[in-house]
Amino acid sequence: MPLLKITNPVWARQWQAFRSNRRGYWSLWVFLVLFVMSLGAELVANEKPLLVSFDGDWYVPVFNSYPETTFGGFFESEANYRDPVVKELINEKGWMIWPPIAFSYNTINYDLDVPAPAPPSSENWLGTDDQGRDILAGLLYGFRISVLFGLMLTILSSIVGILVGAVQGYYGGKLDLFGQRFIEIWSSMPTLFLIIIISSFVVPSFWSLLVIMLLFSWMTLVDLVRAEFLRCRNMDYVRSAKAMGVRAPVIMFRHMLPNAMVATLTFLPFILNAAVVTLTSLDFIGFGLPPDAPSLGRLVGQGKANLHAPWIGISVFTTLTIMLTLLVFIGEAIRDAFDTRKFLQ
Amino acid sequence: MSLLSLRGLHIQFGHQVAVDGMDLDLEPGRMLALVGESGSGKSLTALSILDLLPDSATWKADSVTFEGEDLLQLNDKQKRALRGGRIGMIFQEPLTALNPLHTVEKQISESLFVHQGMSHAQARKRCLELLEQVELPASDDMLKRYPHQLSGGQRQRVMIAMALANNPQVLIADEPTTALDVTVQETILTLIKRLQTELGLSILLISHDLGVVGRFADDIIVMHNGKRVEAGPTRTVLTEPQQEYTRHLLDSEPQGRMPALPEDTAVLLEATDIDVAFKGKRTRLLAPAPVFQAVDRISLTVHKGETLGVVGESGSGKSTLALALLRLIASKGSITLDGTAIHTLSQGQLRPWRRRMQVVFQDPFGSLNPRMTVGQAIAEGLAVHEPALSREERDTRVSALLDEVGLPQQARHRYPHEFSGGQRQRIAIARALILQPDLLILDEPTSALDRSVQFQILELLKSLQQRHQLSYLFISHDLKVIRAICHRVMVMKDGQVVEQGDVEAIFDAPQQAYTRKLINAAFAGD
Repeated sequence: MPLLKITNPVWARQWQAFRSNRRGYWSLWVFLVLFVMSLGAELVANEKPLLVSFDGDWYVPVFNSYPETTFGGFFESEANYRDPVVKELINEKGWMIWPPIAFSYNTINYDLDVPAPAPPSSENWLGTDDQGRDILAGLLYGFRISVLFGLMLTILSSIVGILVGAVQGYYGGKLDLFGQRFIEIWSSMPTLFLIIIISSFVVPSFWSLLVIMLLFSWMTLVDLVRAEFLRCRNMDYVRSAKAMGVRAPVIMFRHMLPNAMVATLTFLPFILNAAVVTLTSLDFIGFGLPPDAPSLGRLVGQGKANLHAPWIGISVFTTLTIMLTLLVFIGEAIRDAFDTRKFLQ
Repeated sequence: MSLLSLRGLHIQFGHQVAVDGMDLDLEPGRMLALVGESGSGKSLTALSILDLLPDSATWKADSVTFEGEDLLQLNDKQKRALRGGRIGMIFQEPLTALNPLHTVEKQISESLFVHQGMSHAQARKRCLELLEQVELPASDDMLKRYPHQLSGGQRQRVMIAMALANNPQVLIADEPTTALDVTVQETILTLIKRLQTELGLSILLISHDLGVVGRFADDIIVMHNGKRVEAGPTRTVLTEPQQEYTRHLLDSEPQGRMPALPEDTAVLLEATDIDVAFKGKRTRLLAPAPVFQAVDRISLTVHKGETLGVVGESGSGKSTLALALLRLIASKGSITLDGTAIHTLSQGQLRPWRRRMQVVFQDPFGSLNPRMTVGQAIAEGLAVHEPALSREERDTRVSALLDEVGLPQQARHRYPHEFSGGQRQRIAIARALILQPDLLILDEPTSALDRSVQFQILELLKSLQQRHQLSYLFISHDLKVIRAICHRVMVMKDGQVVEQGDVEAIFDAPQQAYTRKLINAAFAGD
């Protein structure tokens, strides 16, 4: 059953080649399922119920905020549904549906039987960290922010990299010469140190971190795209287009970019991997996302600080390994699918 | 009893039959030519003798015998002893067949070590002998050279020396001269012929060019679509062909001449003192970069409805001249198109003039973007020059043009890789014509094509010229083609004009020695 109809025969053949790599194909599906699940993390792991039926009315606490007084409580502030008092009030006149994991990434479980970090139990499936926060919820939210950060960084740095590479490769000459020298100097800067220095006077947030890391990550694709454009500019079909008076941006976009896309797409999963790892390591050493954001790197730090609670380290290590491995498998499958030498034989 | 004999050869790629029931007999001391167009299976037939077919091919044969020995029964080790030992092989493209990192000595002596276990001193002596045999200077300097330091002809001679190293009885030459200039082609074939008689070699020569083969081979086998069409002594096959296909091959040699144009035809393109120089690599820091003069003060005029042929060997600067006229590379000198000086215009100002001169390139595979449908490729020029055109109007124009160049209407929605070389060249011509240009620059438009396809493309170009009063600047190294399609001709060598004039005058009474040499090499057999 074809999911979507691919009309371009080149793409159809590449999709076929991608599918024939079973490992990469299944990795893609597993990754997509995990990713979609983490996008809806609020519905999977939350300290608020999904649905409340109270006194004949329906409430959706996941999306809306209701004061405690709605349910007959004392406070004007938002209801804390984990509070036994509130639970009792609601259960008297209705019922609640909880998500499978009844914790958000920053929910502190005050009802632990043992001092935090608590080992895995029926309540906290992967245990808690030393603050009493649920590990599984933290992993889910951390996975989401890692992948989203990685994807955004990958897309933005690809756009910048492709543009710079395209211009350098198409025009060549002095522009290319100076561009290459600039990149050589820029890429020899110690990225991690610079980020540490910059984050000492810029308050790190998702967006500022993205911009800082973009400053140093756009160079990966430049060489590839530039080489491809240098090769393409002498192709006869590019010359024909020039002889026809087609403008340079159109030639670049229509005739040359599709050829460079092969090399680019091949590299994307690996760039994504690198971005995820950099963010994790920054969080680990404490120069990454703001302290209240969920992050895999901080969980790694928790694991290191609490070696007597191995469930923290093992859980986060497994998550990182699975995520990076899936991305590498997908990347390999894409690379093979685009390798013309392989499927033209 | 023949030296080498092949019976019932059958080669398949997947479900596609490439060679179907081929028989071949090579007699001792004779030269047998295997002739056919590309895709006829002639190279595959030769490769199967040495079991060198690609892995994707499945093949079987009733028998392959060499000196009465059954080659199908040999194991891998015995096959290796045969290759480069008793049977030598020469390939088409000497630049890729030679290892770029090995010296001439290393290339030749490699098989001497392998097959005869010679010492270095012995091998060196043998190498010098071989160089002498292939008419290269037998010097230490030659032995120490790398492939890139040799000319195309010299490389092919080194290849021949390698093939001869172990005194083979049979030499298989797969299109040995196709990649070479006409004049060099001639000397290489003469060398192979001389070696045949002197060393008593049996030669299997594979070629697509009946004209060349006719002068050298003793026997001919004509192949078509993997089948043997006709076989016999050269003279019989060429003078009394029995089969329709052989006659078709013989007739597709370009013939006829263009009638002269009236004296007062208006001038369309006039170029004066065109100069193109490339800067080389600096040898020392701050030293001035050496300058290579690719086109050296060339002036030319093309009249309305006229074809000007530009002929020369590779490296003579003819393609560079075309790019300079199109203003795709920087050049000095003046270019006037229909009374307007276009060499002073900026690229933006030039745009409206671009539609009046278009270009068709040599390689039908490189000149079309593999990711655009034929319809998109042809319509591209319209988007630039007539953006106001509606989608329907554009489609009508493309359809009309497909008709005109003899392609089916469905071609519009297909991709270039689904077409043969000749069809792709038709697409490229259609793309150039959609803008209704006055001048078409054709850079070796037929060189990558088989003779019979070449013939069709030339006929197409002639009829288009008559219908639209087109002017052509026709660049080619093939004098037969030039003679058939051009009104005037210009001979180039090393970036300079050697001679120019009407086709009649140049071909019937060439004034310069170089022109005479070219013409003699091209028309030697006629």
